[in-house]
Amino acid sequence: MRIDGKGLIDRTKPVRFRFDGKDYAGYKGDTLASALLANDVRLVGRSFKYHRPRGVLTAGSEEPNALVEVIGAKNQTPNVRATVQEVFEGLDCRSQNRLGSLRFDLLAVNDYLSPFLSAGFYYKTFMWPRAFWEGLYEPIIRRAAGLGSLSGKHDEGVYEKAFAFCDVLVIGSGPSGLMAALTAGRAGADVILAEESHALGGRLLSDAGTISGMPGGEWVAQVVAELTAMPNVRIMSRTTVTGAYDHGTYGALERVGLHKPARPNLPRECFWRIVAPHAVLASGALERVVAFKDNDRPGLMMASAVRTYLNRYGVAPGKRVTLFANTDAARATARELMAAGVTVAAIIDPRPDAFSVEDCPVHVGAEVIGTRGRLGVSGITVRKGSETFEVETDCLAMSGGWNPTIHLTCHMNGRPRWSEELAAFVPMEGAVPGLVAVGAANGSMSTHGALATGRAAAQKMAEALGRTVQVDLPEAEDVPYQIKAFWAVEGKGRAWLDFANDVTTKDVKLAAQEGFRSVEHMKRYTTQGMAPDQGKNSNVAALAVLADATGRGIPETGTTTFRPPYVPVSIAAMGAGGRAEGFAPQRFLTSDQASRDRGAPMIEAGLWYRPSYFPKPGEATWREACDREVDMVRQAVGIADVSTLGKIDIQGKDAGRFLDFVYTNTFSTLPVGRVRYGLMLREDGLVLDDGTSARLAENHYLMTTTTAAAGLVMRHLDFVHQAFCADWQVRFISVTESWAQFAVAGPKARALANAFVETPVELPFMGVTPVRVRGVDGRLFRISFSGEEGYEIAVPTRFGEALFRDLVARAETLGGGPYGMEALNVLRIEKGFITHAEIHGRVTAHDIGMEKMVAAKKDCIGKAAAMRPGLWGPERDQLVGLKAAEPISAGAHLFVPGTEVHRETDQGYVTSVGFSPTLNAWLGLAFLKDGRARIGERVRLVDHLRGLDVICEVCHPVFHDPEGEKLRA
Amino acid sequence: MPELIAKSALDGRSLTLGGVTLAEVAIGPITSVAVLPGGAKAVAKGLKALGLTFPAPNTFTERKGARIVWTGRDQAFVLGVDCPTMEGAAITDQSDGWAVLAVSGVAAVDVLVRLVPLDLRLGAFPVGTAVRSGLNHMNAVILRTGDYAFEVMVFRSMARTAWHELETTISMVAARAGVKI
Repeated sequence: MRIDGKGLIDRTKPVRFRFDGKDYAGYKGDTLASALLANDVRLVGRSFKYHRPRGVLTAGSEEPNALVEVIGAKNQTPNVRATVQEVFEGLDCRSQNRLGSLRFDLLAVNDYLSPFLSAGFYYKTFMWPRAFWEGLYEPIIRRAAGLGSLSGKHDEGVYEKAFAFCDVLVIGSGPSGLMAALTAGRAGADVILAEESHALGGRLLSDAGTISGMPGGEWVAQVVAELTAMPNVRIMSRTTVTGAYDHGTYGALERVGLHKPARPNLPRECFWRIVAPHAVLASGALERVVAFKDNDRPGLMMASAVRTYLNRYGVAPGKRVTLFANTDAARATARELMAAGVTVAAIIDPRPDAFSVEDCPVHVGAEVIGTRGRLGVSGITVRKGSETFEVETDCLAMSGGWNPTIHLTCHMNGRPRWSEELAAFVPMEGAVPGLVAVGAANGSMSTHGALATGRAAAQKMAEALGRTVQVDLPEAEDVPYQIKAFWAVEGKGRAWLDFANDVTTKDVKLAAQEGFRSVEHMKRYTTQGMAPDQGKNSNVAALAVLADATGRGIPETGTTTFRPPYVPVSIAAMGAGGRAEGFAPQRFLTSDQASRDRGAPMIEAGLWYRPSYFPKPGEATWREACDREVDMVRQAVGIADVSTLGKIDIQGKDAGRFLDFVYTNTFSTLPVGRVRYGLMLREDGLVLDDGTSARLAENHYLMTTTTAAAGLVMRHLDFVHQAFCADWQVRFISVTESWAQFAVAGPKARALANAFVETPVELPFMGVTPVRVRGVDGRLFRISFSGEEGYEIAVPTRFGEALFRDLVARAETLGGGPYGMEALNVLRIEKGFITHAEIHGRVTAHDIGMEKMVAAKKDCIGKAAAMRPGLWGPERDQLVGLKAAEPISAGAHLFVPGTEVHRETDQGYVTSVGFSPTLNAWLGLAFLKDGRARIGERVRLVDHLRGLDVICEVCHPVFHDPEGEKLRA
Repeated sequence: MPELIAKSALDGRSLTLGGVTLAEVAIGPITSVAVLPGGAKAVAKGLKALGLTFPAPNTFTERKGARIVWTGRDQAFVLGVDCPTMEGAAITDQSDGWAVLAVSGVAAVDVLVRLVPLDLRLGAFPVGTAVRSGLNHMNAVILRTGDYAFEVMVFRSMARTAWHELETTISMVAARAGVKI
């Protein structure tokens, strides 16, 4: 029910929204919770386990009950707290965790079964038969218990991540936060003021009272105006600081567009990482629930929330309100309601010595021992001494005192301290370096205390930053906070502690009785504190009940661990921009468009995109294109973009010495103008990479790595250089991106290459020379990865696309053309050249038949480790070729024909396969136990996944041109 | 005159939205100067001919169209002018390896704080700062060329991703400011 003349909502801006398919009206400035209460909607959800009817309990982000699904065009967001979600025109949301309608939830049957569903029920009941758990029990239980549902689709909404830096981060904008921000701001420090709500002011917006003689709200407006005008202060509203991390880093979640209709490019949320050497925690306190029988019905609400709805939103949550509270401060709830014309049926105060004169009936030394009303409270039962009586009410405001919001102070393993005086946990000073808790978050419960501690903390920080500031302290109430702990009302029946996970005092006592006496064990046994509210409303009360049940004090019992995030953070916000193709950068070749123009499907090679094959009209499968491209290279000439290979420019007097150190073979003896194949080992002696290095000048080499290991090799070189030979005269830098390089391979390769260079060159095999390529300074290498006479032409990257297109056009006239990765792979398998499919990290130089490449005369990285027993010899799997008449597969395992196929008889495995049009057979490269001694034998290839069982011939890995005559032609 | 057609990574693309301009810029030659052990003196002499001095870590300096950017320990890039070989250093042409994107305008810093994990406040990152850092998940060299102007150097092959990420971020920042897109 809306109350005229009250609240900070904008009554000139009505909005319409939808809840469970029904349209409602609210105002700009309303939360979904306040707007629903204004429309007298009390029932908003069903509880987690028992499907009990639930209503709005709080007015903040700690809300355990009022969780809804918000439905957008591109996403469906579950577990949205109605107390946080602002209403806007067109907001569409629905209640969750129900079967049927909210009013008649079929799963409410669970509530009648509750005697059987106590804590630990599942663990005890669904033990037998064991196999039924995954298939039967778990799906049923998961269907019955739970909260919101997911759409099952990708969330294609816009999300954002950002970084911020400041001198002082102020978390919360109640009186202490505003005072801290004002002080630090006036001192000239860079300040970020983060406020969870859309409006600044904290409890000052919800509670009556004055500061410096003016209403709290007016003082807030004045301070906010001053802060807004300061260029060094940044106000971040709708931003919750979610975690405190190392080195003064804080996580924060900003609701950017969640309070508006979706717009293109407008982020829904932004996940901030804020770095601040100093932080003020002004997060206030959370009011706590009192446990008594059936204290979870819609209409039962925190007393402070009732004041918030009344004063901030102009809503009376009931027509006949009762108050059950044990502090003097909570009495304001009743007084303010009455002042607004709302009937207060009774005040029930458990303190026998409490003040008993109000404008309504007051029962001191009394307790609420029960409630009634199916879908919302209609009356309560009160016990006073030996007498019990009923009170008609549609809203019970309750308060068991306050818990300082200390979460962030505990995020770096700090434990809070129990304060007997406040009957609450307070932060341990210095638990998070640089973070100081002030105001109610630190147990200063009066407005004066908040203002004073906020100012003091900011002043100290300003001093630490070398600044001075004088700020007058405004006058405000300084009523002492007196409380005697009151957690639960003794009596029969279920008294709720954790509303979100349906945990009652009984469950906690049962946990203690069954031996789960540690608070961490109790938590896991009962699931208390494990719902979206993470126990904000129930942790302290639950451990107090546990302490009582185990006969210990609260400090001995201790708390469970507070972990980030403080409020739920959507994964979409933390991973903003990282979905689908945003996962990693994409690297494109200069020939990319030319390849796509020819219809080539692109495949990923590391981060690169490379053409798989170049289809021609009439070709139905990739195999047809691949076979044609292989033939083309063997008969005429083919062009492939090989720019993805890593290229490292190495210079200095010790360049040769450095290469000798990182390669197994010798490069210092390589003549200028020549290229040599090299093998590189890791420190543990296994093969790291292979490639060629060219000597461009006396003190200048160019190393080539595989595409996959380009970054890895660069890192390895950096490590070796820095760790072992930092004083050598050698420097190196990646030039992978600087050169576009194209393989020209086939019998007509020389004719084609020579057509592009200004003076035709006669280059020996494994030679390199600088050339002018169509007027551009480039390099010509005579190297081959195909087994044919092959050249690689390199030009500065800007000319890459032009050279590729021109090369391909001319090649086509010669009967050739471009070839893709599939053909490239077949060509190298025919030639027995290895890739990282073979040098996969578990093979040695000996395994691949290159032990002779480990030079005897010099040391190199990995040489000593490679000599270890077990890394060489006939017991190792050695590289061989395989030949078969029918399809074979990489990943298949090898066996001796006629033996059983199982793990113990395994003889090796296949790493690469392809159909060779040249040999008209299936070829493979494989690692076979003592393989080199078994050439000519037959092996049985078995692939259970693909259903293959093929007899293959073991061959030398080089099938094509074993003498290398073509290469050297 | 080369017969091959030269192309930059992004064909000199540019866009302006919400007070931010993003443009691929041609900065001319890029040369890595890696000082060899004991070569500092000789390099200082070599750079003097260009009117430059070897920059302090995380800085760059400019003189008459020539710019020298610190890019790592004992390493700097000379930008905008041809850099001759010099004693005491390994000289490597990097001109084609990088795409350079200029991000400028009053909201430029709001865009970059969404992609760069560094303190970009003017006091901490003044004009003349150059860092090797990340632009979201790619390596980049980031320079502050003015109070409201930055240049971002990324590997040429990743230029399209860098453009996409900057463009997306510019759009989001503009949408926050209420710019109709």
